[in-house]
Amino acid sequence: MATTTPTAAAGEPPAYYDLDEHPHPPGGSTMLGFWLYLMSDCLIFAMLFAAYGVYGGSLAGGPGPRELFDLPLVAINTTMLLLSSITYGFAMIATDEKRQSAVLGWLGVTALFGLAFLAIELYEFSHLIHEGAGPQRSAFLSAFFTLVGTHGLHVTFGLIWLAVLVVQVMRRGLIADNVRRLQCLSMFWHFLDVVWIGVFTFVYLLGVLR
Amino acid sequence: MSAHDNPPVHSHEHGHEHGHGHHAHDDHGGAAHGTRKGYWTGFILSVLLTAPAFALVMTGVIADARITAGIVTALAAVQIIVHMVYFLHMNSKSENGWTLLALIFTVIIVVIAIAGSLWVMYNMNVNMMPGMHAEMTSGGM
Repeated sequence: MATTTPTAAAGEPPAYYDLDEHPHPPGGSTMLGFWLYLMSDCLIFAMLFAAYGVYGGSLAGGPGPRELFDLPLVAINTTMLLLSSITYGFAMIATDEKRQSAVLGWLGVTALFGLAFLAIELYEFSHLIHEGAGPQRSAFLSAFFTLVGTHGLHVTFGLIWLAVLVVQVMRRGLIADNVRRLQCLSMFWHFLDVVWIGVFTFVYLLGVLR
Repeated sequence: MSAHDNPPVHSHEHGHEHGHGHHAHDDHGGAAHGTRKGYWTGFILSVLLTAPAFALVMTGVIADARITAGIVTALAAVQIIVHMVYFLHMNSKSENGWTLLALIFTVIIVVIAIAGSLWVMYNMNVNMMPGMHAEMTSGGM
């Protein structure tokens, strides 16, 4: 937290660091810290995208994106995640307005869209594995399952976090700590939607075009 | 996420009223202070950017797949910016610009990692695939 400016009192040499402990409100740096976490998460996804980009054409004689991907299903999935993004936005607006029941309601709607997304993705995965196009079939499918599966795991943990927050808000209300947690989950949730833009574009749409 | 669970502190709201000087954590400091209009704008823009991408690929209106790929990629790039601005509330002022700085740094690393991987591995494949010797002698890069 080096946000101090050198303060030169009269006659004294300027101090370039804080000698005294100054008050830090709890959570004052949480948002920036969480943003830095998201950026490091971004790097994980970048590596997985790079791996998919390299191995995307290595089919080992197996089925390719054109035969495997079901674009209408992906479009529905994208819609689910996009809708969950805006409903979480409404939850944040309700948080700002201190309307607790509205917050809980919108969080519930967000969770439903998130669950629908996960259910559709798991259906797609099981369908692929059932067709013999599991992760061990080819380098393309290994990279595909790793990338999309990692995103799905993030959504799963986001949903667990969301459920915990619903309990927290129900038990302790919209106290400062809970508002901060809601803001962190907001960033996490919207970040996952940003990653999904990359997934549906580069994996599904460009995969079918390839 | 909540690494340190503080007991409920009711005396402060967001940390406005601590004497930290002109900068530090005011209302534009953190994230998630959107408006209803902002979220709707972001949502409608997202729909307007996602739907054409899917439609182009699913209907195959444009015969040349490379043009379609270019348009789809451009739509995705714009949509990522839309999400950043309207959902993640990115601006140059939040956290005194540190979030934007971290984002720019990340984007640079991501571009180097992805473009570099694709470039290096493509050339390795071109030059080392069995049966490619004829093309190699004709001066593959």
